[in-house]
Amino acid sequence: MSSETNLVQRHDTNERINHWVLAITFILLALSGLALFHPAFFFLTNLFGGGTWSRILHPFIGVVMFLSFLGMAAKVWKDNHITGADREWARHFGEILANRAKNLPEIGKYNLGQKYVFWVLVYAIPILLVTGVIIWQPYFTPAFPINLVRFAVLIHALAAFIAIIAIIIHIYAAIWTRGSIRAMTRGTVTVAWAKHHHPAWYKEVSKEVKQ
Amino acid sequence: MPLQSLDITRRSATTTASPHQRQTAEVAKLIDVSKCIGCKACQVACMEWNDVRDEIGSNAGVLDNPPDLSGASWTVMRYSEVEPEPGKLEWLIRKDGCMHCTDPGCLKACPAPGAIIQYSNGIVDFHEENCIGCGYCITGCPFNIPRISKKDGKVYKCTLCSDRIAVGLEPACIKACPTGSLVFGTKEDMKQHAADRIVDLNRRGYPNAGLYDPPGVGGTHVMYVLQHADRPNLYHGLPKDPAISPMVALWKGVTKPLMSLGIGLAVLAGFFHYVKAGPNEVEEEETEK
Repeated sequence: MSSETNLVQRHDTNERINHWVLAITFILLALSGLALFHPAFFFLTNLFGGGTWSRILHPFIGVVMFLSFLGMAAKVWKDNHITGADREWARHFGEILANRAKNLPEIGKYNLGQKYVFWVLVYAIPILLVTGVIIWQPYFTPAFPINLVRFAVLIHALAAFIAIIAIIIHIYAAIWTRGSIRAMTRGTVTVAWAKHHHPAWYKEVSKEVKQ
Repeated sequence: MPLQSLDITRRSATTTASPHQRQTAEVAKLIDVSKCIGCKACQVACMEWNDVRDEIGSNAGVLDNPPDLSGASWTVMRYSEVEPEPGKLEWLIRKDGCMHCTDPGCLKACPAPGAIIQYSNGIVDFHEENCIGCGYCITGCPFNIPRISKKDGKVYKCTLCSDRIAVGLEPACIKACPTGSLVFGTKEDMKQHAADRIVDLNRRGYPNAGLYDPPGVGGTHVMYVLQHADRPNLYHGLPKDPAISPMVALWKGVTKPLMSLGIGLAVLAGFFHYVKAGPNEVEEEETEK
């Protein structure tokens, strides 16, 4: 809890640093990966010092992202179980999108959208790691049968696509929902924001402080 | 711009037309396995003309030497001792190397613009200065041919001596072959030559002799005359119906435009949602509560 009465602590310093390590590595991976996925994006290799450098750097950045995600997943796993309130929230999804939502259920630390992003990444990132190692030239690929490499390269593209879509939604949701970005930059949100978007979580943290 | 670069049929990772004003005759190398004595003159000529020298390896107990293709060995002889019929031993010697497919899996898979070029004469050439070393061409190749060099991380394979052919010479291996097992010319002429050879082999007790010009890859610009064309696998696992793997076709086919479109639409959907609905703000009176 912040000393300023109208602010609530949402993410501590370590969480924020790790989130941004994850975010930066994800964006670097998406840019260098897309560059090698479709010729329309090949120009993005210039950001990394050319095609060869993009190819060399991408897998190492991937390992950093995986480790960062492991840390995040361990920390937020327990807050991402889908509850009855989430299912009720989903029924109001159209109104929420239209900014007309009223009488929403009491949402905990994360809403269903955030939880879905989390679970998509829980599946996508380990798949990206495993398939990525299989197609990692020149170190690992020669050890695998060619049809497995062909399968891995296809699955790597599909998993990356799904993860990129999830992250586009995640970024947009953060921009759209005013007052959210400061949770990851400053670590705090306003009490009004907490009460409005995550009332069950707000009750929990204000109780903890009183004790 | 060298004239040779005006007869490009396809370039890797390029979605627009390549310069292809010039149309040259389709060429082919014909390898008559029944005439090959396994002398490796073609291997030596390849090394010499292309100035590539593989590391001296160790004897693996068989004649195959070097034991596999590599960044510096663009053609190798594959020796197979087989019994096509029980009790009838045959020593089948196949010169292995790039087949120069009409529908090249390497080119389809390559993400680097201009790293793989297909000329109108049918040659599929790697331009290593554009190669990024990702090995996708290896994933795409149905014949297991391209190799990443340990020296520079680029991928190499037979060029069909595109530099010699461009100036009217035959490939180095053809020039060196002492038995006439290797011949070179237009693809049409080579098919005719093969047909004559097959008639001869049929008369000599090889009723299944035939031409290996697999349609699954649109035909190739390196073709074999095989004594047992019904069983190409006898020849060190030459694939019977080679084709670009469906997984590679999917990965480098519809997924590329569809996923790119999907990503673009996701961004646009967000933008237009914002324009229509506006930000999701916490109302003032709530703040005061």
